[in-house]
Amino acid sequence: MAASAKAQGYRVIGTRPVRHDGVDKVTGRAKYGADYSFPGLLYGKVLRSPYAHANIKSIKVDKAAALPGVKAVITADDLPALADKMEQAGEQALNLAQLSANILARGKVLYDGHAVAALAATSPHIAEEALRLIEVDYEVLPPVMSVEVAMKPGAPILLPGLRNKDEGPDKQTNVATHLQFKRGDLNEGFKSADYVVEREFKTAMVHQGYIEPHNAVGIYNPDGHATIYCSTQGSFVVRSLSAAVLGMPEGNIKVVPAEIGGGFGGKTTIYLEPLSVMLSKKTGHPVKMTMTRAEVLRATGPTSGSTIRCKMGCTKDGRLVAAQIWMAYEAGAFPGSPVGAGAMTIVAPYNIPHLLVDAYDVVVNRPKTAAYRAPGASNAAMASETVIDELADRCGLDPCDFRIMNGAKEGTPQTAGPPYRRIGFIETLEAIKSSPHYKSKLEGRNRGRGVASGFWFNVGLQSSAIVNIHTDGTASLVIGSVDIGGTRAAQAMIAAEVLGLDVNNVRPLVTDTDSIGHTDVTGGSRTAFATGWAVYEAAQDAVRQLKERAARLWEKKPEEVGFDNGQFVVQGDGVKPMTVKELAGRLARTGGPISGRATVNARGVGPAFATTVVDVEVDPDTCKVEILRATVAQDVGKAIHPGYVEGQMQGGTAQGIGWALNEEYFYDDKGILRNSGLLDYRMPTCLDLPLIETCIVEVPTPGHPLGIRGVGEVSIVPPPAAVANAIAHAVGVRMTELPMSPPRLLKALLGKRGSAETQAAAAGR
Amino acid sequence: MAKKVVVEATINGEQTEFLCEPRQSLLEALRDILELTGSKEGCLTGDCGACTVIVDGRPLCSCLMLGVEAQGKTIETVEGLAQPDSLHVLQQKFLEHASLQCGICTPGFLMSAKALLDHNPKPTEGEIRYALAGNLCRCTGYDKIVRAVADAAQTRASGTGRGGRLGSGPSASEQTERFLQGQEVK
Amino acid sequence: MATVVIPAQLRKLTGGKDRVSASGRNIGRLIEDLERQFPGFKEQLLQDGDLKPSIAVSIDGEMGTGGILEPVGEDSEVFFLPALGGG
Repeated sequence: MAASAKAQGYRVIGTRPVRHDGVDKVTGRAKYGADYSFPGLLYGKVLRSPYAHANIKSIKVDKAAALPGVKAVITADDLPALADKMEQAGEQALNLAQLSANILARGKVLYDGHAVAALAATSPHIAEEALRLIEVDYEVLPPVMSVEVAMKPGAPILLPGLRNKDEGPDKQTNVATHLQFKRGDLNEGFKSADYVVEREFKTAMVHQGYIEPHNAVGIYNPDGHATIYCSTQGSFVVRSLSAAVLGMPEGNIKVVPAEIGGGFGGKTTIYLEPLSVMLSKKTGHPVKMTMTRAEVLRATGPTSGSTIRCKMGCTKDGRLVAAQIWMAYEAGAFPGSPVGAGAMTIVAPYNIPHLLVDAYDVVVNRPKTAAYRAPGASNAAMASETVIDELADRCGLDPCDFRIMNGAKEGTPQTAGPPYRRIGFIETLEAIKSSPHYKSKLEGRNRGRGVASGFWFNVGLQSSAIVNIHTDGTASLVIGSVDIGGTRAAQAMIAAEVLGLDVNNVRPLVTDTDSIGHTDVTGGSRTAFATGWAVYEAAQDAVRQLKERAARLWEKKPEEVGFDNGQFVVQGDGVKPMTVKELAGRLARTGGPISGRATVNARGVGPAFATTVVDVEVDPDTCKVEILRATVAQDVGKAIHPGYVEGQMQGGTAQGIGWALNEEYFYDDKGILRNSGLLDYRMPTCLDLPLIETCIVEVPTPGHPLGIRGVGEVSIVPPPAAVANAIAHAVGVRMTELPMSPPRLLKALLGKRGSAETQAAAAGR
Repeated sequence: MAKKVVVEATINGEQTEFLCEPRQSLLEALRDILELTGSKEGCLTGDCGACTVIVDGRPLCSCLMLGVEAQGKTIETVEGLAQPDSLHVLQQKFLEHASLQCGICTPGFLMSAKALLDHNPKPTEGEIRYALAGNLCRCTGYDKIVRAVADAAQTRASGTGRGGRLGSGPSASEQTERFLQGQEVK
Repeated sequence: MATVVIPAQLRKLTGGKDRVSASGRNIGRLIEDLERQFPGFKEQLLQDGDLKPSIAVSIDGEMGTGGILEPVGEDSEVFFLPALGGG
């Protein structure tokens, strides 16, 4: 039972064993999606639009099909037409017609890089040559590249059928959704404020930046069944979405998840998978498709750029009283930006009585956005956490103390209304305050320290787990949760803890969609929480069955058998305790093999908070910002494998720093992406970061047998604002645009110096 | 399509002969012809380092070299690091320090780190970061990678399992300064 | 009677009220009661017989997983909110 597991000190949980798949990964033996090969393999490639916005008048594929080595060419005409409405597809709310049109354009291309056709050939080089022989006749249209342009009356319309509730059924629009959250009385709120800060922010579109490009191998069998090998965060999502796009029964597709080289949310949808199956169907061969880096940047979902107007007020003793936010996020070519999450996270860490948030999901001629680690929240925190920093400065309060004073606790209402249960926000602030970093003095010119906090909901969803007890007393653990960051080890540790086994005697196995029950994505900070719960219960199920066997051997009732410290015990009679190993050798004669099983649709999700402090130094001539020191504190409920928990915290912090300082999509005035490579889409290198200090805070999630709180996402939320606040304290400029790259910071600094000089000159006259 | 060429090279200590088209990169030859899929494709423009191999003692991006250029060369890939019954100290330290999350960049980092330690057995943190700056990792923030390399260096030097010399020596930016001023960077 | 907190954009259906009482032993029956009191409510929340994919429900601070079958207690506090994913 949950209580007894928590009451004892843990034997395995909280230790740092070497991960079970570790040797395969450091020797190059682990198979990622692009590493698979099959007899008769063909190579698929995609033709992509060179225009940001155009009607497709015609597509001629005959020359390409005639090139020796080319075996099949497909367009959207080879895929079924799907209903143009929101549907429950897997656990996501999706418009399947739009998903299909994103995979192969129907009638219109909506971004530079939009897929138009695909083909398979005997070598990837022949496939590339053949792409050039496909003739597409485009009618070029004016591109719409920003939310401002998209929302202006008279803007070119991307999707003729798009409507929103505000504008009504007869008005064509680029605004897909308007969400609003309201609490209290805004006028009353601002009236009672002593200080009010209002700023407008612009954040640039950024990409998840996983090092491994997308891949898929599709194998279609003449009996109508298909297998897909791919790197994905969710094999069940690939199955259900591919089946829908292909018009195949879901059960006819088996998805085998390969090892995955990063996802961060970007691999929770599909691009190549249905194309590889369709090409395999047409050719009778397995077809492997991989994206180049340019394709990844041009045509897979980045996260939204955004415009956010944030106005907040507080009393002079530092109480937040009112917040008014207007936010518009780029959805890309089809609706579905994370603006809703942005709206619900923006002031989530605080208890603010008067609140109005208006949030707009806006289509633009950019790739359809996909999830990126706490989607929507980092944009929002850039706005709110820098405004709060200014208010704290005005009040003369330490930034941590300001947040502690206003911080959400159990019972505080969230933005959408429901009250928080037990959370650990205040604890992260206290951890930062007492950290060696925060206690140290920062000295030197052009150096500054900045603090920011962040919130993410985390999700629960469905997971399945099976624990097999082997005759030698070891166990195998079968799960469907793809392992992106070491979760396989954590799951094995949970099972080992419950079973009283050494962690190396529990072998975790991530398996395909036929071999395990439904399991939702590895994402949303849910794997340790929900799959961990299923694993815990499956292991308990195995223990229950083992107890029954021990009872049979001892001729006792199962209720009389105890399980403690890896041993089965029974009262009295001087009966010797029995280990799992000893019992396992006797399973055949006591009833047969034992498998424990459990499934969850996990409830009672514990949300996550993080607080980050960074020290920066700004070069006054080049405006390069060096991160001198960074510390992140995060409430993780219970750290199963602290090494991988620290890794999540450090990784999110690093991505947030890249988002803060250098990363942005750069489109020219024709809507063409000019930095579709990793030289100019500039992510942090080893030389750009210091060691990243971590403070693991553990406030257990009530109701979870191990108290786990999802850990994967929230650490990316505070860094952009923390860096902005540090820059403000270093050189006295408040940056309101991301990234705070050298040219932007230089412009702001010169502007500040210019106005200061003008003022000084005027004063001196 | 030009005729395939016979290429002879020493790969992970073995004399190897393979056929490849002149237009194929070394990375493609390793992965698709020799089935050594440990080296990974991340960008094909030499910016991410996931394809790093060591050629005649120098680490380089195999996506930027042609397969035919391997003629007569000595090539080391991640598949050649371990012994049949033991891991290379770098591999061992990466596992102990949890220096990999998704693991796709790990082979490239291991090769770059091996090249560093083969030339500079006692690197400072700045020198480690400098040597690894051509390898991108998106998962870890590099913290545990740097610790593992420092620990590996320390372990090899002293034969003990103690941690490496972090926080000492010139900072990463000083390292770059020296390089830009044309000073020797060890 | 449960208390239903009305999302900002649906307050036009309740004459501006942000909290209303409604009865029903599960979300489905609750929505039917809301429809009786405030016509037009149902089509905002339901599609094809269950909650719209874009709508989630919280009962007493815990997200429901049962859609219209999610039980509602005598004194529950019910919130309708946008459904969200992660990355």
